[in-house]
Amino acid sequence: MSVIFKPLESYRDDFTYHNSAQAISRFPFPFPEDNYMYSVNIEPATPREPGSVFSHWFDIDEHYLSEMAERSIVLERDPERCLVMPHMATAAWDTLEMLMTHMAADYPEHFSLSREGERWTWINRPLGIEQAFTFGDADTLPCEPLEYITRQTQGDFALLDQRDGNLFMDAGMVTCPADWSIKFDAGMSFTQWHAPVPMAHQMGVFERALKYLLNIQVDHPVRRLNWTLTVNPRMDTSSETYHEWGQERALVNAENVASMVHLRVELQFMPRLPRSNALLFGIRTYLISLEELATNPAWACRLHRVLRDLPDAIADYKGMTLYRQFVVDWLSQYDPEVVVA
Amino acid sequence: MNSPIEVRVAAVTQITPVIREFTFEPVRGALPGFSSGSHVVVHMPVGERSVRNAYSLLSNPAQTQHYRIAVRLQDESRGGSRYMHEQVKAGDLLQVSPPANLFAPNSQARHHLLIAGGIGITPFLSYLPELQARDASYSLHYAFRGGFTDAYLDSLRENLGTQLQTYDSIQGQVLDLATLLASQALGTHVYVCGPQRLIDGVRVHAEQLGWPEIRVHWEVFAAPEPGHPFVANLARSGLTVEVASDSSLLEALEQAGVEIPNLCRGGVCGQCAVAYLDGAVEHRDAYLSATERSNTVMPCVSRGLCGSALLLDL
Ligand code: HEM
Ligand code: FES
Repeated sequence: MSVIFKPLESYRDDFTYHNSAQAISRFPFPFPEDNYMYSVNIEPATPREPGSVFSHWFDIDEHYLSEMAERSIVLERDPERCLVMPHMATAAWDTLEMLMTHMAADYPEHFSLSREGERWTWINRPLGIEQAFTFGDADTLPCEPLEYITRQTQGDFALLDQRDGNLFMDAGMVTCPADWSIKFDAGMSFTQWHAPVPMAHQMGVFERALKYLLNIQVDHPVRRLNWTLTVNPRMDTSSETYHEWGQERALVNAENVASMVHLRVELQFMPRLPRSNALLFGIRTYLISLEELATNPAWACRLHRVLRDLPDAIADYKGMTLYRQFVVDWLSQYDPEVVVA
Repeated sequence: MNSPIEVRVAAVTQITPVIREFTFEPVRGALPGFSSGSHVVVHMPVGERSVRNAYSLLSNPAQTQHYRIAVRLQDESRGGSRYMHEQVKAGDLLQVSPPANLFAPNSQARHHLLIAGGIGITPFLSYLPELQARDASYSLHYAFRGGFTDAYLDSLRENLGTQLQTYDSIQGQVLDLATLLASQALGTHVYVCGPQRLIDGVRVHAEQLGWPEIRVHWEVFAAPEPGHPFVANLARSGLTVEVASDSSLLEALEQAGVEIPNLCRGGVCGQCAVAYLDGAVEHRDAYLSATERSNTVMPCVSRGLCGSALLLDL
């Protein structure tokens, strides 16, 4: 089924972003159980049922136009959200090739790619782009290749150089991170950029995860889900703009909680980049308000139990301590055990 | 897990009296791309057995229309190199595993010191276009028996000039590893591929000179996974499951209709843990503690040791 794009909505200021019923039905609800603890929740990225967010390598949905407009706004204010260290140039071209090839194959009504040797032509119909260029020659594109293609693809991307038995964040396009910064993490290793995460290091989660990632082979990508809560449907919750969104956590109250608080789910997708041997880390972010989420009462019930019982260290790290009780109280109406008691 | 790709042999070229080059093209679709230092595993039907040998890809990673490998005829081989030399002709179809890379150049090296012995030249042939494109500092030291294992010598001479040093054992030229390694600038990474003696020599001298381990690289190939065939008996259901050499215990159980929870299928998530009551296990996971290993097995990666049947609590 062909994706139909909504007219432009905003992820800032007046926050007009909403999900259609269809978007809600395909939302990647991240909890397989009534409780949550960090684990090595990685699986081979085998395609799932058509129409789901797991059916293609790079999911395009109804928010495409809005998300690309939001990325332009962020980049205009802060061009350094896209960075490519010189030794990552091949990985940037690898990424461009992978994104263009998959988007053209999976969404032929929106994108097409024709290749004659190194002479390529890319067409992006929704954004009205037709670009002829020479693969490998950055001067034939309007900007650096990673920036070029990720301005046209939903989700953030980090490109990890693999060396010394570790992964290094040496390139990326990061305009919608959940409270971190590509500028701060640039050049860091897997172990270093994960340092702020509580509990997981002691549990050996990162050691095992890294081992697995280092072994990812060409054409055998893996995926995992991560989640947090965000106040307002704000995409750009990066460290750089903390002063713009941090105080919104104090604005949540019993009346506005259901429309203001959003479950933020990241579908993380990790393929090996063939030419450069770098690892691509795609972070595709899905936002849903509690109100929208509760149209599926089973989700609301489960989220109630997860948030109620979440260890404080994790709740603190995810930045929800200030308003967590409002969320738990509101969700409790969907939990039969609570209602009966 | 990694289903093999079918390729057609597009060309066979004799490079030296004991080294043959094979060019593979895709039978359908395009070949997966690869990076410098990658290898493929070629599956060969030798008699009753299927022999699998790993070979470095020696073509330029920028050109993925075909793969090229070179095979040295080994005296006491399991039959793989003999099969490649004597049986495989242009037009034949072969199965190869998708490329994997356990020998990639390090992006941060100040200088790349490449040391090849004989057929060990092959991975460096895929390094050179990449290092040259990056304008990286490198030198190649190539030891061989002239007229016998000196594959690609002429084109290397032409292409590399003074960045190439050669050592022909027929002419009594000796590669003095101690002196070579001692004279390297700080921040150099050394890469070695060739006979075990050469690899050991580089590792020993580098260690004696105090090189950090992460700056010393030698070619390793992915182990021929999964492994030896074995039998698993299921204590509770009474089923007997034969695990073939190209299948994991988890896959064999699934095929027998036994569902085991699983996620990563790579020995790290802990989901697939199964208790075993008897038998010896080759543990390959990164999840279980030493004590847990005495009674638990991760069937996505681990196997029964050859010859001993495994009794599972299933
Ligand atoms: C190479 C790919 C990966 C990248 C680039 C990446 C990046 C990040 C970053 C930037 C953070 C935020 C850290 C901060 O607070 O500053 C984070 C958090 C985290 N990462 Fe990763 N990560 C990767 C893979 C993984 C994998 C495979 C796991 C598997 C267990 C994992 C588990 C986590 C967890 C549990 C958190 C805390 C998230 C939360 O509680 O909200 N990461 N990651
Ligand atoms: S499936 Fe993850 S350890 Fe076996």
